[in-house]
Amino acid sequence: MAVRKGIEVSLAVAEAAAACDVDCIAAYPITPQTHIVEHLSELVNDGELDAEFIPVESEHSAMSCCCGTAAAGARTFTATSSQGLALMHEILFIAANLRLPIVMTVANRALSAPINIWNDHSDIMTERDAGWLQIFAENGQEATDMVPICHRIAEDKRVLLPIMLNFDGFIVSHVVEPIICLDKEEIATFLPIYEPQQRLDIDHPITMGPVGMPEVYTEAKMAHEAAVQNSYEPICEILEEFGKQFGRTYKPVETYKTEDADIVYIMMGAAAETAMSWVDKVRDSGKKVGIVRFRLWRPLPVKAFKEAVKGFKVLCVVDRHFSPGGAGGPVAQEVKYMLYGEENAPKVVEVVAGLGGRDLDYDAFETMYDKCKKVLDGGEVPPFELIQARGGHYGKI
Amino acid sequence: MPKQDAAPKWQDLALGCATLEPGSSKYQKTGDWRSSRPVWNFDQCVKCGVCTVFCPEGCLSIDAKGYPQVDLDYCKGCAICVTECWTGCISMEEEKD
Repeated sequence: MAVRKGIEVSLAVAEAAAACDVDCIAAYPITPQTHIVEHLSELVNDGELDAEFIPVESEHSAMSCCCGTAAAGARTFTATSSQGLALMHEILFIAANLRLPIVMTVANRALSAPINIWNDHSDIMTERDAGWLQIFAENGQEATDMVPICHRIAEDKRVLLPIMLNFDGFIVSHVVEPIICLDKEEIATFLPIYEPQQRLDIDHPITMGPVGMPEVYTEAKMAHEAAVQNSYEPICEILEEFGKQFGRTYKPVETYKTEDADIVYIMMGAAAETAMSWVDKVRDSGKKVGIVRFRLWRPLPVKAFKEAVKGFKVLCVVDRHFSPGGAGGPVAQEVKYMLYGEENAPKVVEVVAGLGGRDLDYDAFETMYDKCKKVLDGGEVPPFELIQARGGHYGKI
Repeated sequence: MPKQDAAPKWQDLALGCATLEPGSSKYQKTGDWRSSRPVWNFDQCVKCGVCTVFCPEGCLSIDAKGYPQVDLDYCKGCAICVTECWTGCISMEEEKD
């Protein structure tokens, strides 16, 4: 039976992975790691989880090892963060294009320099194009629930893709929350025993990862694009099924108090929960604000997003990462891509905030509101701005 | 002879672009990467077989008379045989076509 208990989110996520009966975990065990793999190694050591725990010398090796175990047909789980994810970069693309259903949690944290271990989205947004499915959880319960959901999605015969489960580093990963932890028996009713579609087997030899000459590389990429796009329907089905079974329903795009809103914040991750509290507070003073949150980031839920923001006047996209000297934040870029050419499209105000652990507090949301209000009142749409930079944003605002 | 379609549509690729047929690399005639080919002077060759041992592609074999012969479908012209031949009977000849 599922019990609600006070537990550190990383430990709850580790226990969820153990309850999913993972076969193999390969991970680099120290900074920038979370307690997830630390706890999994304890469970394996103590004989509570029958799995191979492979401690490796780097995250590059961790992901390489995961590719090997997934190719051999093992249910494979790993976890990383920040610099660790960056070090995996090269192998992420290989895991994706080989269609290996690896589940990896990423406690989103900033990239150096300066050395900073705190929360933002620069690690995950840098891996946006790796070809993995990417999903965001906002709190400990969601992160824990998403572990079996991610295994189910990744291993679905219509999907067969690796998936990154994102939640904010420290703000979610290291806090103690009351979490309903599903046990092994309950998860078994939702997540069937993994049967690989294709695996390395000496009795039926195949080659995974052969050279793709110019004559076939484009087709391989097209096949991958089709796979990522076609994962959308199965993802929706699986999220719905989880909801029916366990009472907690998640959607690719979720809204909060948007019914009569003029200004809608576009967010993802734990900061959206702070924003919800702020919305509750300022709604009483007449500010018509709401929030639209991306839960699913890859595949980009274009249709669901467009429906969610239809009719609003101003969107405030809150990015936790940006491209220096480029076109601002990645979420804003994609929001504008989705809205370009749409009739009566909302105006898009872009802010970059909450970098490297800087708090996204009520003051920050007020500052964003002031910017958006000017646009709502007919003002020009300003370029993107690092709103929390002391000394002001460099360049023309 | 190539069994694999050289220009498949993306819908026809195996999952993850895997190669499902064992030993199918024989269909890839990698010899066309070659810019020069090894040529033997059999008057000088002592049939020691050193060249066949060192060929990294395994495309040198011994013919009925005991002389080395090259499979030009796969020889890439690396010239390791030339370097290893202690009698100096192998030379590289530029590919004309």
